[in-house]
Amino acid sequence: MKLLKVVPDDTNIDFLRWRTWAFGISLFLMVASVGLVAAKGLNFGVDFIGGQMIRATFTQSASAPVTELRETVAKLGYGDPTIQRFGAENQVSIRMKLPEGADKNPELANAMATKITDTLKAGHPDVRIDGVDSVSGKVSEELFSKGILALLAAMAGVSIYIWFRFEWQFGVGAIWSLVHDVTLTFGLFALTGWEFDLNIIAALLTIIGYSLNDTVVVYDRIRENLMKFRKMEMASLLNLSVNETLSRTVMTSVSISLPLIVLVLFGPDVIFGFSAAMAFGIVVGTYSSIYQAAPILIWLKVGSHSFVPTDEAGSKAERIIEGIES
Amino acid sequence: MLDFPRWRVWMLNTLIVLGVLFAIPSVLPTHIRAQLAQFVPTPTINLGLDLAGGSHILLEADTSQLAETRLEALEDSVRTAMRRADPRIAISDVSRANGQLSFTVDSPTQIDAAREALLPLTSNATGSRDWNIGVNDGNRMILTPAGTGDETALDQAMDTAKDVIDRRINALGTLEPTIIRQGENRIVVQVPGLDDPEALKALIGKTAKLEFKLVDEQADPDQTAQGKARVGSQVLPYPDNPSGLPYIAVRRLGGISGDKLVKADPTFDPQTNEPAVTIQFDSEGGQKFARMTQQNVNKLFAIVLDGQVISAPQIREPIFGGVSQISGSFTTESANALSISLRSGALPVDLKIVEERSVGPDLGADSIRRGILAAVIGTTAILVLMFLVYGRFGMYANVALVINVAMILGVMAFANATLTLPGIAGFVLTIGAAVDANVLINERIREELKRGRRVVQAIEFGYKEASRAIFDANSTNVIAAVLLFIFGSGPIRGFAVVLMIGIVTSVFTAVTITRMWVSRWVKRTRPHELTI
Repeated sequence: MKLLKVVPDDTNIDFLRWRTWAFGISLFLMVASVGLVAAKGLNFGVDFIGGQMIRATFTQSASAPVTELRETVAKLGYGDPTIQRFGAENQVSIRMKLPEGADKNPELANAMATKITDTLKAGHPDVRIDGVDSVSGKVSEELFSKGILALLAAMAGVSIYIWFRFEWQFGVGAIWSLVHDVTLTFGLFALTGWEFDLNIIAALLTIIGYSLNDTVVVYDRIRENLMKFRKMEMASLLNLSVNETLSRTVMTSVSISLPLIVLVLFGPDVIFGFSAAMAFGIVVGTYSSIYQAAPILIWLKVGSHSFVPTDEAGSKAERIIEGIES
Repeated sequence: MLDFPRWRVWMLNTLIVLGVLFAIPSVLPTHIRAQLAQFVPTPTINLGLDLAGGSHILLEADTSQLAETRLEALEDSVRTAMRRADPRIAISDVSRANGQLSFTVDSPTQIDAAREALLPLTSNATGSRDWNIGVNDGNRMILTPAGTGDETALDQAMDTAKDVIDRRINALGTLEPTIIRQGENRIVVQVPGLDDPEALKALIGKTAKLEFKLVDEQADPDQTAQGKARVGSQVLPYPDNPSGLPYIAVRRLGGISGDKLVKADPTFDPQTNEPAVTIQFDSEGGQKFARMTQQNVNKLFAIVLDGQVISAPQIREPIFGGVSQISGSFTTESANALSISLRSGALPVDLKIVEERSVGPDLGADSIRRGILAAVIGTTAILVLMFLVYGRFGMYANVALVINVAMILGVMAFANATLTLPGIAGFVLTIGAAVDANVLINERIREELKRGRRVVQAIEFGYKEASRAIFDANSTNVIAAVLLFIFGSGPIRGFAVVLMIGIVTSVFTAVTITRMWVSRWVKRTRPHELTI
């Protein structure tokens, strides 16, 4: 049987040749992302800024009466709603920020949701309320700080792990590429205006996990080659390592992207942002392992002196893996 | 490395079978599962509210209000104690400012007697002190909350509140609520499969503190309209006041509280035929109510619910027997809800809904359908790709992948874990990680073959060299998943749970299990060539 080759044998692409360009472009994109987030802001969902969101389906109508709804809800005196189609033509989401006075009365967010629900039901007998989210200011602040804390802790935690398992330069490279991936994802959300909610934090954490996974595979090969070819020039060694792991990188990225693309196209609308963020993160994470995490090692002066060929770390991992298995 | 003793093969196979067995009940249709449950235990995965539909409501107690309630109660008992003391101790200038109760003992010679009378009120059942007693300027007594008094009170109030909510929801019928305390002053209520969360919210959010107070008939309506009351009175909102003024002045003292009820039922007012609630006091409450009505015939008394007057009828005759009817502008539903609330007792503290997440059953079902569809399509695509790229070894990886999915389900069912929508996405990611492990191994075997190693050696090296990267990659994922679980909230934790379980099972199936199969194949066929 003839098997499919995702990457031809003996591929030898000089990836590192474009490292300065890639670094410059990445830096530009990161600055642009920060700028976008600062200028445009993120479209925070109720999870992070409080307020309410109702999802409703008008079961007997071909399309939802968006204009009428906007007027009706605005008349309730809580401010102007953000109304969006959601899935089918007759489905909408109605989002409201926290009304005035919500800092004094934490129950106002929920009272607002109840009022809007009642108004919808009274005006449209065919309406089906599919979901209600209401979050008070205090709870949303907690969710926000908890989310940011989770992100920072995950980034710090995994980088420290890499530092212990490899060398400090590798830890720096890992955290740099994570900051890169997370910043660009933030930029994507600022650019598209997609809703940024708790699920996106989960997606970011997954991206961190995946991107690092990718970085680890490349780093592992770099470590191995550093011990094997002690005289090789660093750029060639990095190129060799990236090329050797290339078919694995392509194969894994494609495999993980497949279900994610399906989730983006056919998955539940509720997690569209989540799936889209992950799909984006896979691409960026793969790129950053090759063009951020690896070249940084050159700039941080990693060389053959970095690893004494005792292979201690490696054999330790094998022992642990065997320990898990038996 | 390719050597598998027989006991190990047995152990691994047993683990696979167990994992798959535990997964079975979760994927069976409900009616078959119910039949099966009669013969064998059927642990099943819980569906999160975002999939099953239902409501998640987070309630928060107003701690400052609780402290105020405690002060009020203390003031009441201090007044009573001073009045009952022998000889009676006259006090004045009672104030509840700044979280402390202070008052002046009119005759400084009675200070010691007052202190004596206060002692039983300021310490609790365990003998420790709830309030500190201090004296200023010779005759001004100050009671300040001591030590953990407020915290203990909050703790007790939250426990009681939890029970009250439980009773109220149970009165709604066949729901299966989960009610748990969270932190110091919060309660989480989760009710799956609920069509109308509004009814639930109306029921659990109401404090249902019922009071009967005498109306201050001497009050000046103009003053009342401005919210001002004379000494000893207070102004309460009265939306249905027949006079048109939405306020009414009532006397602070001389009323009774309606917390001593044995019954509360929705009825109809025999005269107006409008919905009403009939309450029955217990014997102590009944006596108080009789005394109050007896002493105040022809006067107006206000029925106060949660600080708002619902009606203010005239006492035509003394009411003995402790049965009374509350009428106001009720609907059948609100009369029913109020009687449930009154029956289950008042909440000891005001609870506010600070977060609600409700998902309708239709949206939940749609999410499950599309989530599973996406997972199935995505997985199938991976299976095809793996087979096309790695042939026989791809097949091994594929079977291991299917077992991996079954084992994640099995472990989740065994641990009674909850599957949420982000959890399904976690599944997808875990599948990716499992595939990655096999890709790493197979690519390494390819490489070793290319370097000219013999088949068996190449396979051994492949597993050995790849396991280092697999270990590091999975360790970092475990770190991320654990942090996600610790810092995450709600559905995200569901994602972390799947990820954590999935990492362990995927290393098991993708590395250990495939190696067992590969080693058996190698032993049987002794291959000299390998297409990979």
